[in-house]
Amino acid sequence: MFESLSDRLSGVFDKLTRRGALSEADVDAALKEVRLALLEADVALGVVKDFVADMRKRAIGHEVLKSVTPGQQVVKIVGDALTEMLGGESELLSIVGAPPAAVLLVGLQGSGKTTTAAKIAKRLTERENKRCLMASLDIRRPAAQEQLRVLGEQAGIPTLPIVAGETPVAIANRAMAAARLQGADIVFLDTAGRMHVDAGMMAEVVAVRDAVQPVETLLVADSLTGQDAVNVAREFDRQLGITGVVLTRMDGDGRGGAALSMRAVTGKPIKLIGTGEKLDALEDFHPARISSRILGMGDVVSLVEKAAETIEQEDAEKMAKKMARGEFDLDDLRTQLKQMKKMGGMKGLMSMLPGMGKIQKQVAEANLSEDMFKHQDAIISSMTPGERKNARILNASRKKRVAAGSGTSVQEINKLLKMHQQMAKMMKRVSKMGARGMMPGPDSMPPGFENFMPRR
Amino acid sequence: MFKRKAKAEAKAEERAEEKKGWFQRLKSGLSRSTNTISTGIGDIFTKRKLDATSLEELEDLLITSDLGVGTAARVLKVLSSQRFEKEVDPEEVRRALAGEIRDILAPVAKPLEISPANKPHVILMVGVNGTGKTTTIGKMARQLKDQGKSVMLAAGDTFRAAAIEQLQIWGERVGVPVVAGKVGGDASGLAWDAMDRAMGEGMDVLLIDTAGRLQNRSELMDELAKVIRVIRKKDASAPHDTILVLDATTGQNALNQTEVFGKIAEITGIIMTKLDGSARGGILVACAEKFGIPVHAVGVGEAVEDLHSFDPAAFANALVGLEDIEGAE
Ligand SMILES: Nc1nc2c(ncn2[C@@H]2O[C@H](COP(=O)(O)OP(=O)(O)OP(=O)(O)O)[C@@H](O)[C@H]2O)c(=O)[nH]1
Ligand SMILES: Nc1nc2c(ncn2[C@@H]2O[C@H](COP(=O)(O)OP(=O)(O)OP(=O)(O)O)[C@@H](O)[C@H]2O)c(=O)[nH]1
Ligand SMILES: [Mg+2]
Ligand SMILES: [Mg+2]
Repeated sequence: MFESLSDRLSGVFDKLTRRGALSEADVDAALKEVRLALLEADVALGVVKDFVADMRKRAIGHEVLKSVTPGQQVVKIVGDALTEMLGGESELLSIVGAPPAAVLLVGLQGSGKTTTAAKIAKRLTERENKRCLMASLDIRRPAAQEQLRVLGEQAGIPTLPIVAGETPVAIANRAMAAARLQGADIVFLDTAGRMHVDAGMMAEVVAVRDAVQPVETLLVADSLTGQDAVNVAREFDRQLGITGVVLTRMDGDGRGGAALSMRAVTGKPIKLIGTGEKLDALEDFHPARISSRILGMGDVVSLVEKAAETIEQEDAEKMAKKMARGEFDLDDLRTQLKQMKKMGGMKGLMSMLPGMGKIQKQVAEANLSEDMFKHQDAIISSMTPGERKNARILNASRKKRVAAGSGTSVQEINKLLKMHQQMAKMMKRVSKMGARGMMPGPDSMPPGFENFMPRR
Repeated sequence: MFKRKAKAEAKAEERAEEKKGWFQRLKSGLSRSTNTISTGIGDIFTKRKLDATSLEELEDLLITSDLGVGTAARVLKVLSSQRFEKEVDPEEVRRALAGEIRDILAPVAKPLEISPANKPHVILMVGVNGTGKTTTIGKMARQLKDQGKSVMLAAGDTFRAAAIEQLQIWGERVGVPVVAGKVGGDASGLAWDAMDRAMGEGMDVLLIDTAGRLQNRSELMDELAKVIRVIRKKDASAPHDTILVLDATTGQNALNQTEVFGKIAEITGIIMTKLDGSARGGILVACAEKFGIPVHAVGVGEAVEDLHSFDPAAFANALVGLEDIEGAE
């Protein structure tokens, strides 16, 4: 589609790294790319401009110009600025005060409020032993109250019995009263989706807020949101006063620019992220992780977590050691391909890895379909163990033999070998990668990679 | 939103009303945000010439409507070739800008055509989570029924909590039968049953709902491909329309969505929902430019009547903040 943020920035930083000194012109060139990349990542234009201006201030000056490795300096400046803008440290929900405390979930239609209410209630019940009650104030969307009831059942969280014909404020009051009676700690109030430009609907939720005085008012927003993210966040905050944002659909392949936009215009923390439709797909928001993913560092930590779910531990350990040594043979490729398939496809995996944009595109062009995978498997199976260990010995006559054996063509074998080379290069690169894209010393293990080791 | 045959004239007056009505709604939604864009244009062009700086600022204005950097640049390139370094007034610029955008959109504006040769005409609704698939099915069912067609709905989202009930309520609201199975059941099995029943009962149209899915979840996309294969086993020419529902608040990711759903589900058309907010849906322009997939309708609210034909001139004018509907040059 379009070049990813990581592609663009790594391109720019490659250029910068290759030069000895960093001139103002270099900074300008880099910032132009940064601007474009952020825009393609859906960061709101105003936010992009402020960011770029801030970066220019930080980048042009003694610190950078005198630095020995200017490219690295710029990477660090961009990374730090992004992380800072995203909020630095991750902030958790703050449920304080005398129980029952109300948590209000608001947002545009379809952003994920109902699902998120159940996810948070489940998490607090299981992890913090809280007694939760959920109530749907959505009297508009067909089966909305039923949806929350079913989710409550799935998660083992009680929901307020549904009474037809009540207003949202009446339901909210009834929920608080029920919570007091039952001795519940937290009441989750799921509201109907509404447009921030719909004055009547906004007044309705303001009335609910006034009635229950929530300790948390969470704006639930779609991470795939475009430029409108600033308007949504600003207006919900202005009209209602939000305490934080939950970004849903972070399991998508969007670049998540909305995170930057919303944080920047409201100053309110992004507290949680939704990473799937299932009720345990809720994670804390880690600014540094997201900014490094944006930067092209790759979200190595998330990758590791995802990998841990799918890859058998032994495999993971082997793979980690090999990766650390920069080794990657055809057997590894085969294992990798299988795992990638399990982990949601090449594209999903690669989008999490640094500097993978190009390969990702090539892979997409190669049209990595089910059939293709079968062919590749057949090709590797037709090779001798020696060939799999060392692909370089595959000369023309060996290739012909493998082609005959696997029912494919020499062309297909060449394609596979090319892909293998690229993957090997990538593995080397990943293994060299340090925090914020810095090159660590030649012998040091990159941060995060210890996580490839089996968990204890 | 559907193309009507000869009898349509009787309702001409009503439609004129309706058209004004929907545009008003669309525009009142859009104008809340287009205020910024129009004021922006006003500021730039009463003060300065259409020079490089002005163009850059104009580009910024298009970007904030989600046209994307590339599409915005291309639109402005055409514009600048005509007007560069000349004194122009804001209204003129706006009109020209709308004209460029309309020209990109015009070729993709195509109402959905229900062919009586198909028994039933099968429409499959697809898209990422929460975009408005189920709601749009309800709205479409009403319009089709009003045209005198027999319509059946299929609750193909067997995954999401209360998705079946949601569609059933729409079915009751509109007064059309709903084929539903078990929660957690096989979506392609449900599609098979629905095809069976709709064919058996001689329905004109079968609208099949599907669960929302992110396009990068390959296992879910495989599941969708399977639904389509199963439908084809019943009728090799079906689904006759596979419609991608795009949310107007979505940014550049809508391009990925269109590409991947296009590849795997062979989408034949797009409906854009939620244009009643402040998002301007500029990504539709980028999609039209890049994929040329027909756009059938737009959603401008949650009510059953809030689905309207896609009018490229009105869309373009509203996007750049023009007052009149017909004026794009
Ligand atoms: N992939 C993914 N899907 C999600 C996530 N969160 C919610 N969803 C899905 O998004 C869709 C909408 O979620 P809901 O919880 O119904 O959204 P809502 O904001 O309550 O919607 P309204 O009440 O209609 O405004 C459903 O299909 C959910 O399963 C997420 O983090 N990832
Ligand atoms: N304002 C507005 N809301 C809409 C529009 N279309 C749908 N909605 C709302 O968006 C929310 C999600 O709509 P659904 O029809 O459930 O979306 P879906 O794509 O079926 O969602 P999943 O099945 O969960 O993937 C609901 O609250 C709808 O009322 C529209 O054009 N404008
Ligand atoms: Mg809801
Ligand atoms: Mg649905």
